[in-house]
Amino acid sequence: MKLTGAEIFLECLKREGVKTLFALPGGVVLKIFDILHQQKDVNVILTRHEQGAGHMAEGYAKATGKAGVCLVTSGPGMTNVITALADAYMDSVPLVCFSGQVPTSLIGNDAFQEADNIGLSRPCTKYNFLVKDVNDLAVTIKEAFYVATTGRPGPVLVDIPKDVSMNRTDFKYPGSVSIRGYNPTYDGNKWQIKQAAEAIMKARKPILYVGGGVIFSGASEELLELAELTHIPVDMTLMALGAFPGEHPLSMGMLGMHGTYWANMAMHYSDLVIAVGARFDDRVTGKVSEFCPQAKVIHIDIDPTSIRKNVNVDIPIVGDCKSVLRELVQILRATVNGDQKDLRKPWLDQIREWQRAHPLAYEQDPNGDIKPQHLIKRIYELTKDRDPIVATDVGQHQMWSAQYFKLAKPNRWLTSGGLGTMGFGFPAAMGAQAAFPGKLVLCIAGDGSFQMNTQELATAVVSKLPVKVFIVNNRFHGMVRQWQDLFYEGRYAASYLDKTPDFVKLAEAYGAVGLRASKMSEVDDVIREAMAVDKPVLIDVPVYQYENCYPMIPAGGCNHEMILTDPPELKKKQSAGAKVAGEDKDTVLTA
Amino acid sequence: MDHIISVIVENKFGVLSRVAGLFSGRGFNIESLSVAPTLDPSMSMMTIVTTGDDRIIEQIVKQLNKLIDVIKVVDLNESEFVERETALIKVHTKPEDRAEALRIADIFRASVVDSTPTTYTIEITGDTNKIEAIINLLQPLGIKELARTGRVAIAREPVRPAATQPKRVAKD
Repeated sequence: MKLTGAEIFLECLKREGVKTLFALPGGVVLKIFDILHQQKDVNVILTRHEQGAGHMAEGYAKATGKAGVCLVTSGPGMTNVITALADAYMDSVPLVCFSGQVPTSLIGNDAFQEADNIGLSRPCTKYNFLVKDVNDLAVTIKEAFYVATTGRPGPVLVDIPKDVSMNRTDFKYPGSVSIRGYNPTYDGNKWQIKQAAEAIMKARKPILYVGGGVIFSGASEELLELAELTHIPVDMTLMALGAFPGEHPLSMGMLGMHGTYWANMAMHYSDLVIAVGARFDDRVTGKVSEFCPQAKVIHIDIDPTSIRKNVNVDIPIVGDCKSVLRELVQILRATVNGDQKDLRKPWLDQIREWQRAHPLAYEQDPNGDIKPQHLIKRIYELTKDRDPIVATDVGQHQMWSAQYFKLAKPNRWLTSGGLGTMGFGFPAAMGAQAAFPGKLVLCIAGDGSFQMNTQELATAVVSKLPVKVFIVNNRFHGMVRQWQDLFYEGRYAASYLDKTPDFVKLAEAYGAVGLRASKMSEVDDVIREAMAVDKPVLIDVPVYQYENCYPMIPAGGCNHEMILTDPPELKKKQSAGAKVAGEDKDTVLTA
Repeated sequence: MDHIISVIVENKFGVLSRVAGLFSGRGFNIESLSVAPTLDPSMSMMTIVTTGDDRIIEQIVKQLNKLIDVIKVVDLNESEFVERETALIKVHTKPEDRAEALRIADIFRASVVDSTPTTYTIEITGDTNKIEAIINLLQPLGIKELARTGRVAIAREPVRPAATQPKRVAKD
């Protein structure tokens, strides 16, 4: 029997094991929606904006390790999802996005809701396809999933013109596909791995610098084995949090611009950097010319372009983190003898000293305002037993969450790293919740970030995704204000948000639950209360407005030259400014 | 220094824009680019002339390889290669200059492919130096139009030293 393109689309999704589709309809994808309406295998979550659909698919992918799938219409549907595609591209998230297109006969005619979807998405996808003939549809979808999930993962777009979804053909789903220009390398060069093992044996002050690649390749076990076998401390990038147990004695936490003091010092003074699935981003290297001046660099990555892109590498190994680490552990297990711990002792002692000298710290506010760090720390402490998935938006609250959440397992941390997309957290959390309905999913958002995708509250309520969203509410674009404090003499250009909405009433208006903690003493209670509710909850927590996030390496600064607290002149200014903000807060809360 | 990179790609729509987009998006230069199908019509060969230090060229080669429609990338500067470019030069000629134009064409072994009472169109093939040289000489006469193909190049086949080659012995 011949199937329509829309039916073929559904059959392909089923064969790829897709359980959830994040989607928003429009004229040219109606045929597909009509088919989706008549089946129960794929759960369709209707979002309120295509950007939300994209981020939900990302959250789903990050939490499950499988491809996230979304479906949008042509024209504005496509342009709205671009941010999510760009985000997924930067953070290597496996995503398959289907977009509708005007009928093939109208392509190029400036038809209603037409956009050049292929041209628009080219720089922000790993690959994209325009399906011009229904006979190509099934094999194209197979190829799309194959490209998105293999090698260095990434987003793939499949553009389906209206007539292709309506035309009929025989359905045959290929068992496998191969693309002659696409052959990712999985196994590392054996000789290079041997070299790496030798360098590790010789090193006095080695450091593992691990990135998101460890999570996507599922290499956490191998990483733990390597670290424990060789007693090498582990620095994690923002994307890698959870790849190594956060409370393990060898975990140094996050490195980089707002990383811990000791993680950055260990990096700077090391004699061997073992980079695994990380890409030497400028937020990690700081000033490249002074990055790890004494270190040899081993770089393990599946993407050859990441190697030697930003820093020089002594031992490059192109391959999948999991397979390379496994081989490395095998070689080292044969050579390592018991004295590794003693050998590393001076280096680990040195790091502990750095840790004692400048631990993560904040002062409680004398006026009793809630400090954002206190809130985030308490969220972590009160929820960690439930092994939650944590999403964040972008900004100060994101960095504090990265500092205070010591995640034990991978695929629990959903954050926008490379692109730094405000508005990412809430829909990403919903995507993870859709994948794991029974799990506790938290979102830590800023009041600025949350307002970039507020509309998805409706999706959370209607689709029953009981995420718990904490709004770290300082009525500022906090990170912008911090930079203005430090580098623009405190001129708060367009960073003060003045009147933020009453988030409790907003939640209620959408049919969600709204809660608020206004005093220090209410913080623990509100967290417990939120966790007990089986509905989407929005928790508004007004916090001290002028808190800055430290340590901080100024952009282009050197990794061992961190700012650790507010400069004294700034402190004076803040105590004067805080009064004004205090008055303002009252008007918001009683509104 | 100029680098010549030869790229075998899928011969299908949109591939050129992927390659061009890679160069513009990452701030790499394209000095010239020529594209035509290979013997196998499902593939095309691009010859890209670019500039950059070793690190940039390494990135260009890696980034090109990463493109899914790219099948093979060869940095020709890593070995010996032959390069050629063709130019069509329409020279405006006053009566007293016509003989000079022909003489110049002759010196460069270029040929005249079109002629009117006031113009000659000269076809020249060679390496970049040769083309630049004839342009320099023709410019005083007045070049009306100029069309250049951009460079194409191919690796030289390695030649074994004469001593190791089998000798041909004449038989009677």
